[in-house]
Amino acid sequence: MFRATLKSLLARKVRLILSGLAVVLGVMFVSGAFVLTDTLGRSFDSVFADGFSEIDVNVAAKPKVQVNEMEGEQTASPLPAAVVDRVKQVPGVASATGIVNADGARVIGRNGKVVTSFGPPQLGENWTGESELLKLREGRAPQAEDEIVINKSLATAAKVQVGQKVGVLTAFESKKREFTLVGIAGYSGDRDSIGGVNEVFFTTPVAQRLMLGEPDVFSSITVNAAGGVSDEALRDDVARTLGADFEVKTGEQVAADASASLKEGLSFFNKILLGFAAVALLVGTFLILNTFSIIVAQRTRELALMRAIGASGRQIIGSVVLEAIAVGLIASVLGLAAGIGVGALLAFLFGKLAGGLTLAGIGVPAAAVIGSFGVGLVITVVAALLPALRASRIPPIAAMQDVATPDRPLTKVTVAGSLVTGIGAVLLFLGLSGNAGGQTLATILGGVLFAFIGVALLTPLISRPVVSLLGAIFSWSVPGKLGRLNSGRNPRRTAITAAALMVGIALVTGVTVILDSAKGSLSALAQDTIKAELVIAGQQGGPRPPTFDPSVLDKAKALPGVQLVDGEYGDMARVDGEGTWVAVSSDPASLRQIFGAKPTAGDIDRIGPTQMLASSDTATSRGWSVGSTVKVQLTRGEARTYTVSGIYESSQLTNPVTLPPSAAKDFAIPQPIQGFIQLAPGTRVSDVQPQVEALLADSPEVSVADRDAFIKQQTSSLDGLLTMIQILLALAIVIAVLGIINTLALSVLERTRELGLLRAIGLRRSQTMGMITVEAVVISVFGALLGVAVGTGLGAAVVEALKDEGITDLILPWGQMGLFLGLAAIIGVVAAVLPAIRAARINVLGAIAHD
Amino acid sequence: MTATVGQHAQAAARANDVWKVYGSGEAQVIALRGVSAEFERGRFTAIMGPSGSGKSTLMHCLAGLDSVTRGTVAIGETTVTGLGDAGLTKLRRDKVGFIFQQFNLLPTLTAKENILLPLSIAGRKPDPAWYDTVIETVGLRDRLDHRPSQLSGGQQQRVACARALVSRPEVIFADEPTGNLDSRAGAEVLKFLRESVREHGQTIVMVTHDPTAAAYADRVVFLADGEIVSELIEPTADTVLDTMKKLDTPAEVGN
Repeated sequence: MFRATLKSLLARKVRLILSGLAVVLGVMFVSGAFVLTDTLGRSFDSVFADGFSEIDVNVAAKPKVQVNEMEGEQTASPLPAAVVDRVKQVPGVASATGIVNADGARVIGRNGKVVTSFGPPQLGENWTGESELLKLREGRAPQAEDEIVINKSLATAAKVQVGQKVGVLTAFESKKREFTLVGIAGYSGDRDSIGGVNEVFFTTPVAQRLMLGEPDVFSSITVNAAGGVSDEALRDDVARTLGADFEVKTGEQVAADASASLKEGLSFFNKILLGFAAVALLVGTFLILNTFSIIVAQRTRELALMRAIGASGRQIIGSVVLEAIAVGLIASVLGLAAGIGVGALLAFLFGKLAGGLTLAGIGVPAAAVIGSFGVGLVITVVAALLPALRASRIPPIAAMQDVATPDRPLTKVTVAGSLVTGIGAVLLFLGLSGNAGGQTLATILGGVLFAFIGVALLTPLISRPVVSLLGAIFSWSVPGKLGRLNSGRNPRRTAITAAALMVGIALVTGVTVILDSAKGSLSALAQDTIKAELVIAGQQGGPRPPTFDPSVLDKAKALPGVQLVDGEYGDMARVDGEGTWVAVSSDPASLRQIFGAKPTAGDIDRIGPTQMLASSDTATSRGWSVGSTVKVQLTRGEARTYTVSGIYESSQLTNPVTLPPSAAKDFAIPQPIQGFIQLAPGTRVSDVQPQVEALLADSPEVSVADRDAFIKQQTSSLDGLLTMIQILLALAIVIAVLGIINTLALSVLERTRELGLLRAIGLRRSQTMGMITVEAVVISVFGALLGVAVGTGLGAAVVEALKDEGITDLILPWGQMGLFLGLAAIIGVVAAVLPAIRAARINVLGAIAHD
Repeated sequence: MTATVGQHAQAAARANDVWKVYGSGEAQVIALRGVSAEFERGRFTAIMGPSGSGKSTLMHCLAGLDSVTRGTVAIGETTVTGLGDAGLTKLRRDKVGFIFQQFNLLPTLTAKENILLPLSIAGRKPDPAWYDTVIETVGLRDRLDHRPSQLSGGQQQRVACARALVSRPEVIFADEPTGNLDSRAGAEVLKFLRESVREHGQTIVMVTHDPTAAAYADRVVFLADGEIVSELIEPTADTVLDTMKKLDTPAEVGN
């Protein structure tokens, strides 16, 4: 039996290649995701290990507010210079150096634009001399107030040379300040940067003032141990001396901690990639199921013969499953290999994009191997089980009959489909209405999965009317008519092939519906609510949002025709011990006049230096009312107590907590992120805009735009997200295309004699190809139609569920849907190319003699 | 013997010194050795011979389904030899009809659609009077909307015959048309073919190994070892059988 299985496998290798390819692609996604995140993780490890390699023990003040990777950057609290001397007193300390090191030093390149890093921080530091790691490549160390050294990759990106004047924006000064570039630094091993980080070195007092906002403070202290003193012992001694207010860690610990927080982000990224891999594999399952079904159908006589000569039903199942195992195994190996390649390529691209991250060697984590084989084998075998079962039920008598088993009625499959779809709908309803008891995401995903499988089961029933309707478009020509009839010939086969395409298209449509609705709702809200004709903002290119010089706000206020100017600041703070987003409006009057806030209690028009405002939602959940006192710890400075003086109605545009303008100086980013300018009635926007533009000459990170352009810019991040999701889902669609090719190729094989006959009675080659193409187009457009319908349903359900979150308008992307249908038609044509050529090349004589 | 049998000015199909060689070297098989033959218009010719005699190959070459190694083949005034795929397709579409042993109907189409398929592929309208005549002759009027799976073997073969007739081709090639039918259904199909020759002037060339079937023809051409060895005009089942027996004997002796 085993021998017979292998022989039959080899005989059908071409047919199995395509379905195997689907598994290969899915497995490639899985192993690629693991390889990519593993490689990046180890690269970050080595970057941080390098960055902290000069440090035996590191001393830092405890951060006032803990911020995780998703919320933003952690900003260290400054520690007074006196602590350096205290550390120096500790026995076993060879040296202790105060270090200034903070994100937000932005160099303006020769082209007048700020050099962005696309991810890694842009550090502003004090120059503490060369070391094993850091070496001057050209020039000398900064000595005067207006001198800086920058690292080589930054110098290259900014196109600046030693001796030139360079503009720099700093954490505490978003107005351009000019420095003379006196030196360019590089790193050991001839590297131009460490992990793409941009570094600007000032003299210590300048670094303190511009990066930390006050003199005589440091971000951290680097301690080197005297000979014979271990890092751990020194760490414990220093910690004991300094007390509980400080974090004292060995250099290794610091590196590991820094790396761990980045890896948290990576593992999230990994999960997302695996999610897309799951989609691809779901589609692949349909494809394998279909291929094995067709193969079993085509082998009916052969299998019946085996039964007739004594094979048991179990042996037949075994032989089909064995075939599946072989296919799954080969596909897993290929998929794993392809995944390693793709992972390495993506890691390489990521490294390039992130400004030259030096990649650790490409590794293959155990998870990639286990995941690949587990997924590849399980998927293939599960998908082949149903056809195997069917094969075992072939009666031996079928060996003697010419006609294959007649079409089975669709009742059973339809009942099952309705049931499964129903379960999916219930799960979706529970998940979306928030009744899933903490398992919301799992419930929703389960609902989507059930809905897909249910609809796939219902597809044979739907396919009859829809396919004949679709096909009617082509019926004007004979090949078109034949193609239409062929696509309606085996509803199950057509249905599964179309269902595979449905999954990808449905997800893309669903996501598009949700994001378009979100975008539309936000835009509409902003259009209706924001009463500012001009907005100052920039595009965020790294972890830090763009900022501008706050003095621009006052100068803009003084321009003729300007009525109200507001600068917006924000910070992640601890409010009564809980992480909360707090904001400052430089002019609190803007809350009402620009953002349309409505008071529900107290006074929201002014905020005293010890007062704060809260949104109604926040006030309710925290139990605040006017007069409540609240303790707020900002990123910098001491904790302060504020009294709630007013509460405004929550809307999409209001912040949970608004503090008085004086609080902004203790924010992690003490610079305004956005500015809103309201003009006096009758003032022309075009009169004021150029003047504001002139004011922003020294704040090149931002620009001034009218309100519509601003809204467009703000919602454009959603477009980027949508594009990314579409690209990732494209793989699922590619697999579905393979499915169409496969089905057609098998059909062509099955109908060799018929094709020969048609050619014999005068069908031209081009007409033969046309016939196959019509069949493919009908199947793919049918799949896309289903996908668009199911996707719209899913999207609409999610939008309905998010009504309270501010997605109020359901926007159906008709243009996109039309595009998908058009795309499906093209997919059909493309998928038909190979089978059509094959059909056209059929040797007429051979086909008719074919038995 | 390279016999030029049945010289006629109005030949519907003609083979001139046709050779067909498969393979090369040791594995070389010569299927046709310089066959020359003419098939007159309006006659029903049967090609007979033991299996391996080259009778099917001759028909395939005549119909343009297979290429010849040497020599020429013509249908009416068209030289088949040397035509490309487009030319062959056009030839099959306009001048040739086929009837196969396996019926070869499209399962997705009704009987009527199957019958009209060659015309619709060529984009031609059927001549209503002729169509009516054909349907009447094959006796399928009440079965026209049935699919092949709902028809008996004999009915399916009659549909296939109607399909070949309806476009009034220069010549119809029938390859063992009764091979898959019981004797009664076979007789019906053969009678009907003979009628279409006698009453409507259709030209038919039929390959068969069944002497009874061959007896329906006006003339029988015998092939052995790739050569035409004999012929009978106005054959009967008995004369055909006799000739066949004679053909078998020398071959056996030769071996």
